[in-house]
Amino acid sequence: MNLLGSILVDSAAYGMVLFVISVGLSITLGLMRFVNLAHGVFALAGGYGVVALARHLGLPYELAFIGAVALVAGLSFPLERWLFRRMYGRSELDQVLFSIGLVFVIIALFGMAFGNGIVAIRLPSYLSGGVDLGFRVVPAQRIAVILVGLLVLFGLWWLLQRTRFGIEARAAVDNVSAARAVGIRASRVYALAFALGSGMAAVGGILGAELLPMEANYPLKHLVMFLAVVAVGGQGNPLALMAAALLLGTVETTAKYFVPEMASILFFSTMLVVLSVRPAGLFSRRA
Amino acid sequence: MAITTIDAVVARSDRKARSSELLPEIALLLAGAALYFAMPEDLGFATRILIAALFALSLDFVLGFAGIVTLGHAALFGVGAYSAGIFGLKVAPDPVLGLLIGAFAGAVVALASAPLVLRSHGLTSVMITLAIAQLLHEIASKARKLTGGDDGLPGVLPSKLLGQFEFDFLGKTGYWYALVVVVICFAILRRLVHSPFGLTCIGIREDRVRMLALGSPVMKHLSIAYMIGGAFAGVAGALSAQITQVVGLNSLSFSHSAEVLVMLVLGGIGRLWGAVAGAAVFMLVHHYAAAADPLRWMLVIGILLLVVVLAMPGGLWGGAERLVQMLRARSKS
Repeated sequence: MNLLGSILVDSAAYGMVLFVISVGLSITLGLMRFVNLAHGVFALAGGYGVVALARHLGLPYELAFIGAVALVAGLSFPLERWLFRRMYGRSELDQVLFSIGLVFVIIALFGMAFGNGIVAIRLPSYLSGGVDLGFRVVPAQRIAVILVGLLVLFGLWWLLQRTRFGIEARAAVDNVSAARAVGIRASRVYALAFALGSGMAAVGGILGAELLPMEANYPLKHLVMFLAVVAVGGQGNPLALMAAALLLGTVETTAKYFVPEMASILFFSTMLVVLSVRPAGLFSRRA
Repeated sequence: MAITTIDAVVARSDRKARSSELLPEIALLLAGAALYFAMPEDLGFATRILIAALFALSLDFVLGFAGIVTLGHAALFGVGAYSAGIFGLKVAPDPVLGLLIGAFAGAVVALASAPLVLRSHGLTSVMITLAIAQLLHEIASKARKLTGGDDGLPGVLPSKLLGQFEFDFLGKTGYWYALVVVVICFAILRRLVHSPFGLTCIGIREDRVRMLALGSPVMKHLSIAYMIGGAFAGVAGALSAQITQVVGLNSLSFSHSAEVLVMLVLGGIGRLWGAVAGAAVFMLVHHYAAAADPLRWMLVIGILLLVVVLAMPGGLWGGAERLVQMLRARSKS
């Protein structure tokens, strides 16, 4: 029972981190039809942002957190406008190459600025401590991650289903030219969605720093993970994305408990099986 | 990617077919010989350039001509390297036999994964190629008894080439051996590309639905193209196992897949010479400009990629072709 509980909590925390980071990737893929292999950069930028703000401006964790997320989301506006937007109509191969090139450049710049080693975020006491759940003391940060994940899921649902922005975004996904024809400013929707996605990634990167430690190579090291979640989850449905993140997170976490040397093999096998049975994602009917 | 129109390709291939010339192969042989005399004290590195060129050529056939986007091409290279290495250790050290084993292994893995890779589109297809490569990488790292795991597979010195030429310490025999293999593979690929089969592949790349409507067995053609690419990648892997006499896990890694993609894009996708030129430039930049500092190396490669994608479709070779055309047009007028 103890073991089962531990596995459940750890899997959920890991899955939630993957979910929050991958949301933006799923948005750019579904809305802009852009394969953004550089997405992990935003998660890492969030984490580094907190460290830099705390170190140089002496901000407390909470302010540094908000500042870093705002900074990443804000900086992604010009990036989208001047760089990413050029790639929206291009071939898949061009998009893959472009974003890999971008990852290389940014990893190099991050490495020069923050060094090659692992950088840790100094946490306030209420997050660094443990929470006694009865069967085990769980790091408070993991509980926070799970709560934030649920919050993100609910927020996304609300945003997509209940707001003007959501209506416009869904219209743009279904048919851009028709959406433009009825007066929806698609490029504004793109820019906002992109900033939203990168902000989410920053949140996930900061909160997940305990599970996915921050180092310059992070965007490349965990790229496969984020892509796998999005590929398995399919596009345009936050709930399916979360299911995919939890499934893959559970497979890997459980395997690490029982057969640690098989964890990656099981992770990739799960992904292969799901993708070969359901090429368009876990809950998609389309072949 | 700058895609030449079908008409242009067909016209060019007609021209090529009429005169079954050997000029490109001779040019490649001469370029290889020049490289030999340019760096006589660094033949090991020169040989690695040749192997990289062959690897990039195999990717060009899959990606540039058949249009299959893959982030897991190293899987086919690595499988070829490991099978040739293990075959050399356990069965027979004959180098030519090793190459055939490598080609066979690469082809088998490609053919076996083809249904999975080709059935899906877009991100899913790319992810499947990646997952297969990662899976093989993990298996190779766990099967220590067979592959040596993290330590790599210590190779065995291949026996005398054709029973005549001993592989020497300086790598002279190794270099000429690799050069001949690369030139032969280049010749075969060049003929394949201009054959009816190659043209069909280009047709599928350009307009899959139309080829289906014309009654072309698209899946069969793509599977065969992928298998051929796998065979040549396997030969490249086998060559590397024999020449460097060690097979590391890195041969199956994601970064290896990414590197060969960068080489190809740099040189120019969909043109065999582009693969050769891209591999040479990539290896030289790596060797001389940035080997000391991995961060600087990533920066250089990243910027090169961005420049090629944003400003130079067709890569270095495509750029050179355009330059030559411009000069010709000017001299005519």
